[in-house]
Amino acid sequence: MNSARANPINTFAMHGALILYTLIALFPVFVILINSFKTRKMIFREPLALPDAESFSMVGYQTVMKQGDFFLYFQNSFLVTVGSLTLILLFGAMAAFALSEYRFRGNMLMGLYLALGIMIPIRIGTVAILEMMVSTGLVNTLWALILVYTAQGLPLAVFILSEFMRQVSDDLKNAGRIDGLSEYTIFFKLVLPLVRPAMATVAVFNMIPIWNDLWFPLILAPAEETKTLTLGSQVFIGQFVTDWNAVLSALSLAILPVLVLYTIFSRQLIRGITSGAVK
Amino acid sequence: MQKPRIRWHIAVFLAPAVLIYTSVMIFPLFNTLRLALFQEVDQARVYVGLENFRTLFFDPIWSKQFWNALGNNFWFFLIHMLVQNPIGVVLAALLSHPRLRFAALYRSAIFIPTILSFVIVGFAWKLILSPIWGIAPSMLDAVGLKALFAPWLGKEEYALTTLALISVWQFVGIPMMLIYAALLSIPEEILEAGEIDGVTGAAAFWKIKLPLILPSIGIISILTFVGNFNAFDLIYASQGALAGPDFSTDILGTFMYRTFFGFQLQLGDPHMGSAIAGAMFAIILLGVCLYLFGIQTRMRRYQL
Repeated sequence: MNSARANPINTFAMHGALILYTLIALFPVFVILINSFKTRKMIFREPLALPDAESFSMVGYQTVMKQGDFFLYFQNSFLVTVGSLTLILLFGAMAAFALSEYRFRGNMLMGLYLALGIMIPIRIGTVAILEMMVSTGLVNTLWALILVYTAQGLPLAVFILSEFMRQVSDDLKNAGRIDGLSEYTIFFKLVLPLVRPAMATVAVFNMIPIWNDLWFPLILAPAEETKTLTLGSQVFIGQFVTDWNAVLSALSLAILPVLVLYTIFSRQLIRGITSGAVK
Repeated sequence: MQKPRIRWHIAVFLAPAVLIYTSVMIFPLFNTLRLALFQEVDQARVYVGLENFRTLFFDPIWSKQFWNALGNNFWFFLIHMLVQNPIGVVLAALLSHPRLRFAALYRSAIFIPTILSFVIVGFAWKLILSPIWGIAPSMLDAVGLKALFAPWLGKEEYALTTLALISVWQFVGIPMMLIYAALLSIPEEILEAGEIDGVTGAAAFWKIKLPLILPSIGIISILTFVGNFNAFDLIYASQGALAGPDFSTDILGTFMYRTFFGFQLQLGDPHMGSAIAGAMFAIILLGVCLYLFGIQTRMRRYQL
């Protein structure tokens, strides 16, 4: 084997560089989390110290629980994310199946039309979206957000899923047809279970941007009862900007669900990215 | 002769996706471009042609803000290209080294900022850089560089660059992952053939790997371009809708939000807002076309 590849000094330098960057990446998150558990005095006196018996305090979390309706915000974010993902996956898979399975006039054109949205951000159309949501009475409902995120997620979903559906064997589907299964049964019972890994990839790709979006909640659903966690924490922090305990606790509460989701899905996400799903 | 049967199931499969996509994305997009051609006069919508665009580009009050936002946006993009993508490439090159231990751990940890929301990232950095809390000055003090400290987010000349670097910190995981994937797909035989010819280490990276990952770098550049030209959240979360200090961090996204939604005493103007959206659309379209027809078709793709 080549000596350059196993050189211990090189290995050491590589680990050094990676550890340094990992520290840079994690440091702000770490500082926020540890300080959210400290008294106000200790936050300022020793910002980098871990909370101990003396400096430990939950006063920030108490303020957050009393003043902000974080459970409601969390529930809204959850409903919006799950609702949008369900629609993206169901409708996206159906359209992908139509495009990859059947030959019909306009197939190519339809594929291109749906692919347009991969590159063009939906935010450009915000003025007209708001107008439409106002006139249909959907403004300040979670449905407004679900519809927008579904429309935003569909193009990439259709693109990725149809790539995968082309790989499902024709023999299987034709065997189903000979047995008299309808096209719907073939799709739901035969094809969908086979593309489940691709569906998971699409879900994980869409989940984080939807959960973290600030723009559409701010414009389409700013009412108290429809605030998402991202907007809710933004507004809360804006109001309590001088109450450092409350701000740090609110930030920690917003970080927590994403970190939990990430630990659960990170392998799926990384496998999705590295398998070249986004080409 | 058999009459061609209408295959209804195709329509049923396509309908929901096409309906939602068309009505919530494509139709509003064109409707927004149409609204840019109108103005509100005495509570009635009046067609004014390209008047709004003339105001936006040439009326001193508007054009000053517009060109400021556009220039800032280009600076924002430039920092991403010059800092984010090289760091991403270096990290990916390190991670893809064979027999590196803990690679998965580093990869997952470095990706964490990317999954956080702009609100968290914006405020977390605002607190850390705050002169009141003093984490940044005391850390600089520890390495003897205290004189370098300034309230970066509060100074006109530094604020935009600081925010761009914060955004780089957040998103460096994406180029890292994509390049990492591209590097892994390079077959071992090619590298071994290089070794036999004496091309190893850094030379192997520059002469063999880099040309092979150029297409991925192209994709990352266009993704960064589109992302940066409709960015909004980070600036809004940390500097507010006014993109302070004194509009020095204003980019097209915040400018459009202020214009069409209104802020403080200024009333929202959906028609001028649409005109700005139209300008953003044109810029993004131009960038994407330039990439698709100018760069992607000329790039040499190696068959692996």
